[in-house]
Amino acid sequence: MKKLSGGSIWFETPLSVSAFASAAGPKENDGPLSGKFDFAAEEPCIGEDSWEKSESSLITKTFGKAIEKARLAPSEVDFVFAGDLLNQCVGTVFGLRDFKVPFIGVYGACSTMAESLALASVFISSGLGQNAAAITSSHFCSAERQFRMPVNYGGQRTPTSQWTATAAGCAVVSPKAQPPYITGATFGTITDMGVKDSANMGAAMAGAAYETITAHLSAHGTHPRDYDLILTGDLGVVGSGILRDLLHKDGVDISNVHNDCGLLLYDLERQDVHAGGSGAGCSAAVLCADILPKLQCGELHRVLFVATGALMSAMTAQQGESIPGIAHAIEFTSKVTN
Amino acid sequence: MKQIIIAFLVGGGICLLGQLLIDLTKLTPARILTAFAVCGVLLGAVGVYRPLIDFAGAGATVPLLGFGANLAFGVKRAVDENGWSGALTGPLTAASGGIAAVLLLSLLAAVIFKRGLNCKAAK
Amino acid sequence: MNVTKKEYEELNKSRSPKSKLQKTLPKAFVAGGVICAIGQCLLMLYRYLGLEEETAGLAVSVTLITLSVLLTGLGLYDKLAKHGGAGTLVPITGFANSVAAPALEFKTEGYIAGIGAKMFLIAGPVIVYSTVAAVAYGVVYALMK
Repeated sequence: MKKLSGGSIWFETPLSVSAFASAAGPKENDGPLSGKFDFAAEEPCIGEDSWEKSESSLITKTFGKAIEKARLAPSEVDFVFAGDLLNQCVGTVFGLRDFKVPFIGVYGACSTMAESLALASVFISSGLGQNAAAITSSHFCSAERQFRMPVNYGGQRTPTSQWTATAAGCAVVSPKAQPPYITGATFGTITDMGVKDSANMGAAMAGAAYETITAHLSAHGTHPRDYDLILTGDLGVVGSGILRDLLHKDGVDISNVHNDCGLLLYDLERQDVHAGGSGAGCSAAVLCADILPKLQCGELHRVLFVATGALMSAMTAQQGESIPGIAHAIEFTSKVTN
Repeated sequence: MKQIIIAFLVGGGICLLGQLLIDLTKLTPARILTAFAVCGVLLGAVGVYRPLIDFAGAGATVPLLGFGANLAFGVKRAVDENGWSGALTGPLTAASGGIAAVLLLSLLAAVIFKRGLNCKAAK
Repeated sequence: MNVTKKEYEELNKSRSPKSKLQKTLPKAFVAGGVICAIGQCLLMLYRYLGLEEETAGLAVSVTLITLSVLLTGLGLYDKLAKHGGAGTLVPITGFANSVAAPALEFKTEGYIAGIGAKMFLIAGPVIVYSTVAAVAYGVVYALMK
């Protein structure tokens, strides 16, 4: 493991994602990735009597499924890095409460999956154990009531707004020799472009995605054409456009290899999600349900996963503060190349 | 029939103004509702809302402007009857029927409706 | 970063889709118009049944509020409002929805801190500022008398 420029890390000995699992709500499982999730809820409440418990249930199911696939008992998991969008990360805390696993709570808003994965990789790469899990979730209803309005309230969403995904993803990082591999990571910097509209998260985060992608490419000496896919999450329509414009100004064209988790999870026209999906669980679930399997079977070879987060609270938004963004990157490969 | 059409046109027109505020400004629904209620008080106070109600009936009373105007009418009546103290007692007296109904029915709804229904709402 | 905040704002503007006024405005007009027309029908009905003008007006409000709270409880009002926009927001039914929705939503936090307190999430400011405006008018009116 080697520290490169900026917040970049290179894993000389790549790590393996030995198992992964995903969960999704009914709307998410009705989208383009239908049928790819390990668990798909039939109703948003997932049989629970509060939205917070519904979100915790996503975490419990995803983690349970991932360690089952990895053939691990909870006691064999050395560390769990996990987080969600709720205050004090209660979705994760209550979801993992009964597993009795060493728990490291992570908050990176919607960038949490990449942040958790990077931390898990660093721990395993340092020789601190054999299995570290990264888990992230979000739930439309628990997020709505915390950040916006009650679910039954009849407010109209603006065209730039994004739909918080009811979804979760879990990946177990191990020092094994099986694809998909993690070969690098970049921790991003807090980037505030002065966007104040909390109904336009993509715009608030696109600047951070630009910074992290630029830093990662420069530190690792790579070019967008070296990747099959540069996957941001979740910039949506607006943020993706801004990101491409920003990179274009530097003479970098990513349009052939770029896609966004917020655009992959939903059918934008049919499912009426306006500018796309968002929420910490969106990129986590898209990664674990769609991207990691494709890396595992060799359909994708090299992927840069850049999860983006908006580091605001409902309170700072009311106080008129702008929305700082952050993005963390993880580089995946299907083969180890030396 | 003519009265119903007038109510439709005037009420629709007022809502059209609200939609322009939603689409062209970044005002939240809470701010728009508050603005409509306060504007209603002003319009009622300066005397333009009473003629509108006489003309459009429910087209003018059903939008929240009518709620505000009603407060203004209540204050005027209370001051006419009781002098200065009417400025304090008038506003909520006029609105009390509507507010009490909203609170009572919402509480009832919260008690009666199970989350199972609320659960489906998010689909 | 290779652009200033100002240039970024320009990029944001050029990439952000605008509301389709040709779609939202007619929908709001029709939704609001229909609710008011229903109100007018009710008003005429109550008057026909012999209620006095003021009582009939209150009865119209209470009927519309009941309908709105019922639709909110059934999870239907927000579906109408997605299309209706201001047409379902601005009438008294929108005000009722703004009280009933948090009452239902925050039931999980109990009767006091949940339902009782959160009912005023949107209705609170509406009542506060319209009352204050009306008191101010009352003072001015009393002075002028």
